[in-house]
Amino acid sequence: MSTLIVDYGMSNLGSIRRAVQECGAAVVVSDNARDIDTADHIILPGVGAFPDGMRNLCAKGWIEALNKAVAKGIPLLGICLGMQLLSSRGYEEGDTEGLNFIPGEVRRLVSQNKNERLPHVGWNELYVRKRTKFLENIPDGTDFYFVHSYHFVPETKSDILAETYYGDGFVCVLERGNVFGTQFHPEKSGQMGFQILKNFLTIYEV
Amino acid sequence: MLKVRVIPTMLWKDVGLVKGIGFDSWRRVGTVLPTVKVYNTRQVDELVLLDITATQQGIDPDYETINDLSAECFVPLTVGGGVKTIEHIRELLKAGADKVCINSAHYDTPQLISEASRKFGKQCIVASIDAKLMDGHYECFSHSGTKATGKEPSKWASNLEKLGAGEIIITSITQDGTMSGYDITLISKITSTVAVPVIASGGAGSPLDAYEAIVSGGASAVAMASIFHFTQQTPMEIKSYLGERGIPVRDISKNINSGR
Repeated sequence: MSTLIVDYGMSNLGSIRRAVQECGAAVVVSDNARDIDTADHIILPGVGAFPDGMRNLCAKGWIEALNKAVAKGIPLLGICLGMQLLSSRGYEEGDTEGLNFIPGEVRRLVSQNKNERLPHVGWNELYVRKRTKFLENIPDGTDFYFVHSYHFVPETKSDILAETYYGDGFVCVLERGNVFGTQFHPEKSGQMGFQILKNFLTIYEV
Repeated sequence: MLKVRVIPTMLWKDVGLVKGIGFDSWRRVGTVLPTVKVYNTRQVDELVLLDITATQQGIDPDYETINDLSAECFVPLTVGGGVKTIEHIRELLKAGADKVCINSAHYDTPQLISEASRKFGKQCIVASIDAKLMDGHYECFSHSGTKATGKEPSKWASNLEKLGAGEIIITSITQDGTMSGYDITLISKITSTVAVPVIASGGAGSPLDAYEAIVSGGASAVAMASIFHFTQQTPMEIKSYLGERGIPVRDISKNINSGR
């Protein structure tokens, strides 16, 4: 069994693969949805635009495979665009249906003044709203690395684990059942990023 | 609060790490891989790695080397040099780049920026502009500063932003390698024109230079090379200096000792 990184043609795959290996897990990067059967943890990375993301997932048969895996209880972590794709819909370049694992919408960040440049690029603080195993050993106010212009607005407040102040504020960590999402890049966020990946990789360890 | 980033720039020519003055008289300053390792250990905010020979020699980016380097790099990595096509970008991201930096190609084929930002998201497309002060006006240069383009930097930056660039790196060719300070006028021209983050580059010789690029120039990040190659300054010292003067910087001292 191993951690599966979903390759749907639009991610910083190299970075994520190495970070997960560095955390001590066996990794398979695959563009074949059938490989999901051997996964004990799944990571959905993502650098790109929402509609392209869904189109590629669909074209390669990932939507059905991910649905099956999530229903079986396998932990799934979406990173950046990967987290946004977990939503019900996205409003980047039109209106696109998401994977619908965590009810909510993905909207553009709104800058509050001219000093708030967009995209939101760089290190910013995480503020914990709900402590679960996923955020174990992550101090409130820790900096993580962000690069994004859109953000996830969840329907259910209890799905929110952490928030970040930028624009009108946004959700940076989500958890609903066995589905997790981080808007920042844990694979690029130093020691604390590795801590989050480790937390995820030891959830329901089999 | 969003932190101001201090970004070491690594210029890479053939197999070595180099640094020049005014994009010329390159000096070999080390080897790339050990330097990447040092910056990784120091947990820098971000790294920029530019292959300065790829475009001039008309060769594709060296994916294999990028792959080896990124294996040692767990900080955000922006890679540039010789990026001309969507395929180049896809392969660089696969090899471990987090963002891709495009310079010469955006003059010849501006639609590369729009296509790339639609495909990969604007947040991973960094447009780089090299500019020189010519008889009182600024002009953009491509091909490592060797080809005049006739474009005015702030107008061109605004065009690149409209096309979908998610970030702009503005480098003063005149100041590059001199360690006599950033060209604050040039940086301000860009930051006052675009709404995307702007990385100031070219000329940093002291922490005060970084402070000025941020406070007077309005930069979101400061890139520097010579100061790290030729002085004892570290990125962390520069950040402490900025932090003491009220600039928001990332403090890694609180977690640097906690083991993985």
